Amino acid sequence: MDKLIIDGIETEPDPSKTVLEVAYKLGIHIPTLCYHRSLTPYGACRICTVEIIWKGRSRLRTACTYPAWEGEVKTNSEPVVKTRRLLLEMMLAEAPASPEIQRLAEEYGVRESRFKVREEKKENRCIQCGLCVRICEDVMKVSAIGHKERGYRRTIGTPFEKESDICTTCGACEFICPTGAIKVKQITERPITRIASEFELGLQERPCIYVPFPQAVPNKPVIDRDRCMYFKNDACRICEDVCEPEAIDYTQEEKIIEEDVGAIVVATGYELFPIEQIGEYGNGRNKNVITGLQFERLLSASGPTSGEVRRPSDGTIPKEVVFVSCAGSREPELYKPYCSKICCMYTLKHAMLYKHRVPDGQPYVFYIDVRTGGKGYEEFYHRGIEEDGILYLRGKVSKIFEENGKTIVWGADTLTGKKVEVAADMVVLANAIVPSLGAKDLAKKLKMGIDEHGFLTEAHPKLRPVESLTLGVYLAGCAQAPRDIPETVAQASGAASKVVALFSEDELHHEPTIATVDEDVCSGCGVCIPVCPYDAREHDTEKKIAKVNEVLCEGCGSCIAACPSGASQLINFKDCQIFEMLQAAVGKR
Amino acid sequence: MVDFKPNIIYFICKWCTSAGADLAGTSRMEYNPFGVPIRFYCSSRLDPQHILWAFKNGADGVFVGGCHPGDCHYQDGNYKTRRRILLLKHVLSELGIEEERLQLNWISAAEGKRFTQLVDEFTDQITSLGPLRLKDL
Repeated sequence: MDKLIIDGIETEPDPSKTVLEVAYKLGIHIPTLCYHRSLTPYGACRICTVEIIWKGRSRLRTACTYPAWEGEVKTNSEPVVKTRRLLLEMMLAEAPASPEIQRLAEEYGVRESRFKVREEKKENRCIQCGLCVRICEDVMKVSAIGHKERGYRRTIGTPFEKESDICTTCGACEFICPTGAIKVKQITERPITRIASEFELGLQERPCIYVPFPQAVPNKPVIDRDRCMYFKNDACRICEDVCEPEAIDYTQEEKIIEEDVGAIVVATGYELFPIEQIGEYGNGRNKNVITGLQFERLLSASGPTSGEVRRPSDGTIPKEVVFVSCAGSREPELYKPYCSKICCMYTLKHAMLYKHRVPDGQPYVFYIDVRTGGKGYEEFYHRGIEEDGILYLRGKVSKIFEENGKTIVWGADTLTGKKVEVAADMVVLANAIVPSLGAKDLAKKLKMGIDEHGFLTEAHPKLRPVESLTLGVYLAGCAQAPRDIPETVAQASGAASKVVALFSEDELHHEPTIATVDEDVCSGCGVCIPVCPYDAREHDTEKKIAKVNEVLCEGCGSCIAACPSGASQLINFKDCQIFEMLQAAVGKR
Repeated sequence: MVDFKPNIIYFICKWCTSAGADLAGTSRMEYNPFGVPIRFYCSSRLDPQHILWAFKNGADGVFVGGCHPGDCHYQDGNYKTRRRILLLKHVLSELGIEEERLQLNWISAAEGKRFTQLVDEFTDQITSLGPLRLKDL
C-alpha cells in the first residue's frame, strides 16, 4: 500500500507535510490548541491525536508533528476520542476557568474531570501550550515572556515578574492564546495603543492588515506600514503564512502614476469640522458626544454595532438622545459663518431612524432654523415631528458636559423663552462641513481659486457653476460648497457633460491673445526667453531673433513687458491698445 | 480740495484681482468709484512705461493688483511684477512723483471684501495727497 488514506479519503503521501496539513487540505477537521501555521509544530497539547494504522499496527500520534507518510489515518476513531477525552479531563483540571476548554470538553461529552483541581489553579486559564512564548520568540523576535518553574508550578510570565521593558505591545501573545489566558497589559510597561478604524471613525479597532472599507475598490486588504511589525521590527509575517494564495507582497510600495488627461473634474468632497475644536461641546473628550457621521455608522447594519444604536462609552442603548444642529456652522464669531446645508435633513433622518430602532427612546433636536428646501423635504420634516414624536427645540446648545454617567445638555427654547436642560445618554452633533484637508494644495497645483473657507471657486457663481477659471478643470460636489446628494449628482453630471462637450470637438480652442514678434524690430537680445514660464520663447538661430512657440504660449505677457525694444507684442493686447485704454481712462491727452 | 475726485488707474490681473473685484460686484459691495480698472491677463504684462504714461497723462494714482505670491496663474508672473514695481518706485521719486501714488497689492479671487477695502484706502490716500502736479519735463 503506497497511499495515504485519511478517514477513508485516499490521497498521495507527502512526507514534507504533516498529517494535520494534509487533512486540512482535504477538509477534515482535527481539533488543535497549540498549533499555528506560523510556528513549527510543537505537539504540546496533544489534542490533535489521531490513529495511524501502518502495516496492520495501530498507533496514536499527534497529527501536527507526524509526517504524511503512506498508511491509514483515522481522526475520529474510538481510541482517538477516548484519548482526547482523557486529555480534556486533564486540561479541565489544569485550566478550569477557560471557557474555550469547557466548550471543547462539552463537545467531547466531558462534563467533569476525574482529576483534582488544585486550589491555586481554580482561576487558571492557561494550558501551557506555549504558543505565546513561541510566537514572542520565533515570530516577533522579542522573547519578552517565557516558561518558568517546573511541574504543576509551571507558569508563563516575564523575568522576575516585572513588567517587561522589551515588550513591543504587538499583542501577538494575546491574539494567539487559544484559551484567552494571557493579557498584554499584564506583561508590558508600555501603554497599549489600539488602532482605531478610520472607516468606523474610531468606533471600532482594526488590525495592521485590513480592508479599508467594505466597498473598497479593489476590495483587497492593505498593510498599515507605520504599524506593521514586519516594517517596524522585521518580525511577524503571520499574514504571509496564513494567506493560502500567497498574495501578500511586502515589496509593494505607493506609486505615483502619471497620466495625460484632457480634463479634470475636482470632486474632493468634505470633512467635518473637528469636534476637538468645539470647546463648549467638550472638545471630543466625552465619548458619548459623537458626530452625525459616527451616528451613521452606528445605524449601519455593517457597522460596529451591527445596526444597533449603542452608546460608545458602555454599549448600552441610549434612551434619550440629543441632536445638535449647526455645531460649528452659522457661527461667524467662533467657527464657520456659512450654513452647512445638509445637516437639517440628515439630523432629521437620524432622529427618525433612532426612534425606529429604539421605540421607547426620545430624540431631541436643537436647531436655529430648520431648512427644508428640497423636493419632499418639508413633508419629511412634518412626518418626523408628527409620526415619530421628535422633539424640536428652537435654540442653540450652550454647553455639553458629563455628570453621573449622563451627558448634560444646556440649551434654550427661544420660543417659550426658557432654559432647557436635558440629561441625555448620548449627543449627536451636526458638525459644520469643511473642505477636505488636501483640497488647498490641490487647488494650488491646478491653479484654481479658493474662497476664504477653502472651498473651490467656480468661474461664475450663476452662469458657469461647474467650471473653474482654469481651462479644462471642472468642479463637483462639496469641494465647491456644502451640497446634498441630489445637488452633487446634478453638478457632477453637469461637469461630466462639459467634459464630453470639450472632447467632442476635433480641435481645442485657445485664446487668441498670445505673444508675437515684430521681426524687423527684434534684435535677438533674448531677454524674453528666461522670463517665459512656459518655455514658449526661443532663439531663432537662422534669423538671429527671438521667436514664439504659439502652442505653448499662454499669453501672460511677461515677455512683452520685458522686451526692451517693443518688438514683442501680445496679439489683441498691444502696447498701443493699452495706451488707448489709458487715454480713455484718464480722460485727456 | 474738497471737490477733488482723484483719477485712479487700476491695473488688475484677470485671474485673481479682477475675479475678486467681480466678486465684490456680484456681492453688491460698495467702494469708491474714482478710477477705471484695466484688466490684464497677468500683472506681469504691465510694463513700467504704462504706469509712467498714466502719470504723465493725468492719473493721480496707480493701483496694481495681482495674485498672492505662489498663486499666480502663470506660475511666477506676480514675482516679476513685484520686482518691476519696486524698481519703478525708486524712479518715481526721482521724477517728483510721490511713491505713495503707486501701490501694489495681492488680492485673490475670493477676496472681494479685501478689494473694496484696499480701493477705499488707496482712494483716501490719493485724495489726501491731492492732484498730481508734474513739472514740465
